[in-house]
Amino acid sequence: MQFPVISVIVFTPIITSLLLLIMPGNRKTEIRVTSLGAAALDLSLSIWLYFSYNVSAGGYQFVEQYNWLPQFGISYHVGVDGLNTPLVLLTGVVMFTGVLISWGVDDRPREFFAFLFILATGVFGVFVSLDLFMLFFFYEIAVFPMYLLISTWGWKVTREYAAMKLTLYLFIGSVVALIGALAMYFNSGLGSFDLITLETANFSVGFQRFWFPFVFIGFAVLGGLFPFHNWSPDGHVAAPTAVSMFHAGVLMKLGAFASLRIGIMLLPEGAKFWMPTIILLTLVNVVYGAFIASVQTDFKYVVGFSSVSHMGLVAMGFATLNREGLIGSGVQMFSHGVMTALFFAVVGMIYDRAHTRQIPELGGFAKKMPLVAVAFIVGGLVSMGMPGFSGFVAEFPIFMGVWEFKPWIAIVGAISIVITASYIIRIISSVFFGKMPESYADHITDVKVLDKVALIFLSVLLIVIGVFPSIMVPMVESGVENILRLLGGA
Amino acid sequence: MSFLDNNLLTLILFFPVASSLVLLFLPGKEKKLIRWVALLASLVPLILSIILWLNFKTGIKGFQFEEHYVWYSAINSSYHLGIDGISLTMVLLTTLLIPIAILASFNIEENVKAYMVLFLLLETGLLGVFVSLDLLLFFVFWEIGLVPMYFLINQWGSEKGERELWGGIKVKARTYASFKFLIYTMTGSLGLLLAIQMIGVVSGTFDLPTLFASWTTLNQSLFGLPIETVKTIAFWAFTIAFALKVPVWPFHTWLPDAHTEAPTAGSMILAGVLLKLGAYGFLRLVLPLYPVESKHYAGALAFLATMSIIFGAFSAFGQRDFKRLVAYSSVNHMGFVVLGIAAAARVQGTENAVIALNGAVLQMFNHGISAAGMFFLVGVIYSRTHTRNLDDYGGLFTLVPVYGGILIFTSMGALGLPGLNGFVSEFLVVRGSWPIFSVYTAFAMVGLLFTGAYVLKGIKQVLHGPLNEKWIGHLSEISAREVIVIAPLMVIMLWIGVWPAWILNVINRAVEVLF
Repeated sequence: MQFPVISVIVFTPIITSLLLLIMPGNRKTEIRVTSLGAAALDLSLSIWLYFSYNVSAGGYQFVEQYNWLPQFGISYHVGVDGLNTPLVLLTGVVMFTGVLISWGVDDRPREFFAFLFILATGVFGVFVSLDLFMLFFFYEIAVFPMYLLISTWGWKVTREYAAMKLTLYLFIGSVVALIGALAMYFNSGLGSFDLITLETANFSVGFQRFWFPFVFIGFAVLGGLFPFHNWSPDGHVAAPTAVSMFHAGVLMKLGAFASLRIGIMLLPEGAKFWMPTIILLTLVNVVYGAFIASVQTDFKYVVGFSSVSHMGLVAMGFATLNREGLIGSGVQMFSHGVMTALFFAVVGMIYDRAHTRQIPELGGFAKKMPLVAVAFIVGGLVSMGMPGFSGFVAEFPIFMGVWEFKPWIAIVGAISIVITASYIIRIISSVFFGKMPESYADHITDVKVLDKVALIFLSVLLIVIGVFPSIMVPMVESGVENILRLLGGA
Repeated sequence: MSFLDNNLLTLILFFPVASSLVLLFLPGKEKKLIRWVALLASLVPLILSIILWLNFKTGIKGFQFEEHYVWYSAINSSYHLGIDGISLTMVLLTTLLIPIAILASFNIEENVKAYMVLFLLLETGLLGVFVSLDLLLFFVFWEIGLVPMYFLINQWGSEKGERELWGGIKVKARTYASFKFLIYTMTGSLGLLLAIQMIGVVSGTFDLPTLFASWTTLNQSLFGLPIETVKTIAFWAFTIAFALKVPVWPFHTWLPDAHTEAPTAGSMILAGVLLKLGAYGFLRLVLPLYPVESKHYAGALAFLATMSIIFGAFSAFGQRDFKRLVAYSSVNHMGFVVLGIAAAARVQGTENAVIALNGAVLQMFNHGISAAGMFFLVGVIYSRTHTRNLDDYGGLFTLVPVYGGILIFTSMGALGLPGLNGFVSEFLVVRGSWPIFSVYTAFAMVGLLFTGAYVLKGIKQVLHGPLNEKWIGHLSEISAREVIVIAPLMVIMLWIGVWPAWILNVINRAVEVLF
C-alpha cells in the first residue's frame, strides 16, 4: 500500500488542533512552534504532491477509497487531478504563511490556531474529495470555524455583523446546493455519492437544466458571484489577517472549485444551457467589482472588492466552457489565492502599525518597510494583469476563451484591467510613497523576519509562475481535458 | 562559440536582469560600488550587441539569430527571438544609451540601489520588444517596460512642481505625470491586448512569421462580421496603441508631462528608446500584418504625422521651460518617422517606399541619439541652476564655453544641419514621401522651418543675450564625467552625418523585404 499522502495532508491540521487544545494556553511560544511545524509539514507534503503528480498520465492520482457508510453509497474517497493539485498546494502555502504572519496574535493563540487548523482541514478536504457527501461534510467544517474566528479575533467594529452575515450567506448557499446534490443522488438511481460514478449517471437534459442553477449558484455564493458577493468584502474586512488570507485566498476558491466539480462536471448539459446567462453575472462581477474597489477609502475594502472582481474572472472562465477559459480559471484560482493572501498580509502589517486603514491617513510606508512595499507592488502588478506575473498568465487565456464564446464580453471585461491598474497605482503611491503622517511616524517599525519570509515566499511564487507558466499550466490543462471530455460526451 | 551564437539574443536580453539581481544583494550604502557595478553590467550587453552587429549578415532575407523554445504551450505561444536589420539597429541604440544614461545618473544620491535595479530591468523590457518574434511575448515586454519607468518618474522625478486636480486636490507634478504616463499607455494597450487575443483565438498561434503568412491571407467571416471589418478594427486597435507611444498628435499629451518630470536619465531613455517602441510596432506588426488596411488608411496616418510635426514645432517654440521645449521637439521629430512609415504603407514595395522607410528607421536611431543628448544637456544645466525656465538663463556662453559648444553641436544635430545625423534621415523621409504625399510633405517642411526656430530660440535664451548676473560664480563648467557621457553621442552624430552607409546597409535590406 502506498503512503496515504492525501489523508495525511488533510488530517494533519485537525490532529494538530486537538493537540493544541490539550496544551496549556499560557505556553504561547510552544503553541506557535507546534502550529508552524504542522503547517510546514503540510506545505512540504503538498509541494511533494505537486511535483509527484504525473502530468502526462493525467487523471486522478494518489487515490484512496475506504467504505464509510456503504449502505448509502458513501465512501471516503479522495484523490487529486490536474485541477485540484495546485489548489492543495495553494492551501499549503496560505496555511504556512498565515501561521508565520499570525505569530504576533497574543489573544488566546491556542484557540486561534486550533480553529484555523480546523478550517484548513475542511479546505483540504473539499479540494480532494471525490465523494459528494464527503465534499459537503468538509465544506461545512470549513465554514463553521470562520464564524468563531471572525467574531472573536476580528475587527472590533463590525465583527459580529460580518461573521453573522458571512455564515448565513454561506449556509444558505450550501443548503441550496445540497438540495441539488440530493436530487442528483436520487435521480441517478445508482445509489452512490461517488463523484466519478455520478459522472456516468446520464441525467436527462431537462433534469440537468432544472438543477444546475441550484448547485452552481449555491456554491458560487462562496466564490463571490454577483449578486451574492455581498458577504465577502464585509467578511474580509472584519476578519483577522490570517483569516482574511485564508478566506480570500482559499475559501473563495472552494466555492469556485465546488461549483466546477459538482455543477459543471456532473451537470454538463445544464452548464451549457445556463452559461450564456451566468457569464453576464460574471461580467458584472469583474467590471463592477473593480469600480467599487476603486472608490473605497478603506485599504482593506479595496482589496476585498478586488477579490470580488478577480473571482469574477474565475467564474467567467468557467462560463466559457472551453479549453482556454477553463485553463485560465484554473491558474487564476491559484494566482489570485497567492496574490490576495499577500495583499491581506500587507494590509494587516500596516494596520497593526498605523491603527488605521483609511488610505488618506496613510503614507510613506516604503521608507520604513521597504520589503513590504516591494511585495505589495508585486501583488499589485499581478492584480493589474501585468505580463511577466502570474495574473497575466491566468487572465490572458480566460479572455481568449471569452473571445471564442462571446467577443463583446471580452471587450467590455477588459475595461476592468485599466480600472484595476488605476486603483492599485493610487494605493501604491498614497500608502507607500508620499509623506508619512507625523502622528505615528516615530513609532513605525519594520516588519519581523517571519513576516518577511512569508512575503518573499508569496512574491516569488507569483513571479515564477508568471515567467515560467509551464510549471503549472500543463497540469491544469490535463485536468481541463477531463472536463472537456464530460462536456463533449454528455 | 556556438553556444554564444545560438543564445546571443537571450544573453543580451537577460544579462541586465541577472545583474540587477546581483545588485539587490549589495549593501545599499555602498553607493559608489553600486554605480560602478551597474555601469559595468550595462556595458556587457553593449559589447554583446556589437558582436551581434559584426556577425549580422546584411545580404540575407528574413530573421537571424533565431531562438525558439516552448514557453506557454497551452495557448501556443513560444519564446521566439530573432532580429532583422530594423531590430538590430534598435537593439544597438538601446544597449548604447543605457550605459550612457547610467553614467549620467551617477549624481543620483537617493536610494541608488533601487534606481539602478529599475534601470537594468527597464533595459530588458525595452530590448525584449525589439527581439520578440512572438506576438504574446512582444506584448509581455511591451507592458513590462512601463513598470520601471513609472517608478523612475514617480520616485526620482523632479522634486518641485504641483498639479491641481479636479476638486482642488494638489498632487506633486511627478506623481501626476507618472500616473498619467502609466494609465495612458495601459489604456492604449488595451485595444492591442484585445486584438492580440482575437488574433490568437482565430489563428491558434502567436508566432509572428507564421502569422505574417496566415493572418494576412485569412478570408472568412469572423464573429458574424465580414473579415474586412474585423481586420479594420484590429488595425486601428494596433495603430492607436502604437500612435500613443510614438506619440502621434493628438495622443501626445502624456509626453511633455512625463519627460519634464522624469529624472534626466529617465528622460534620456524615454525619448531615446521608449518612443521608438511605438514606431517599431508599426514596422514590425502593423505593416506586415495589415498591408491592405495600412495602405487604405495611410493618408490618415500621414495627416496625423504632419500635424505632429507642425504642432510639435509650434508648441516647442512656445515653451518657457527648457525641458518642455526639448520634450515637444520629440513630438516634432517622431512625426517624421510616422510620415515615412505612412508613405511607405501607401506605395508598398516601390523604390519610394524603401527610401522613406530607410529614412524612418534611421530617423528613429538618430532621434534616439540626439534627444538623449539634448535631455542630458538640459539635465546638466538644471543640476547647476535648479531652474528650467528659459528666462532665468541668458548669456551663459561666457561662463561655460565648453558646455555651450556641446549644446550648440547637439542642437544642430537635432535641427537637421547637413553634415550631422538628423539631416540624412529627414532628407530620406522627405525624399521618399514627397512623390506620395506631396501636400503633407510640403507642410512638414514648413514644420521643419519652425524646428529651426525653436532650436535657435533655445540656444539664444540659454547661451546668448545679456548675461544674467546672478550666475556669475555659481555656475561650474561641465565636468569630465558629463563630457564622457555626451562624447560618444556626438561622435555618432557626426559619424552618421558624414558617412551614413555603415548603418543604412543594415537597415536597407530589412526594409526592402518588409512587405
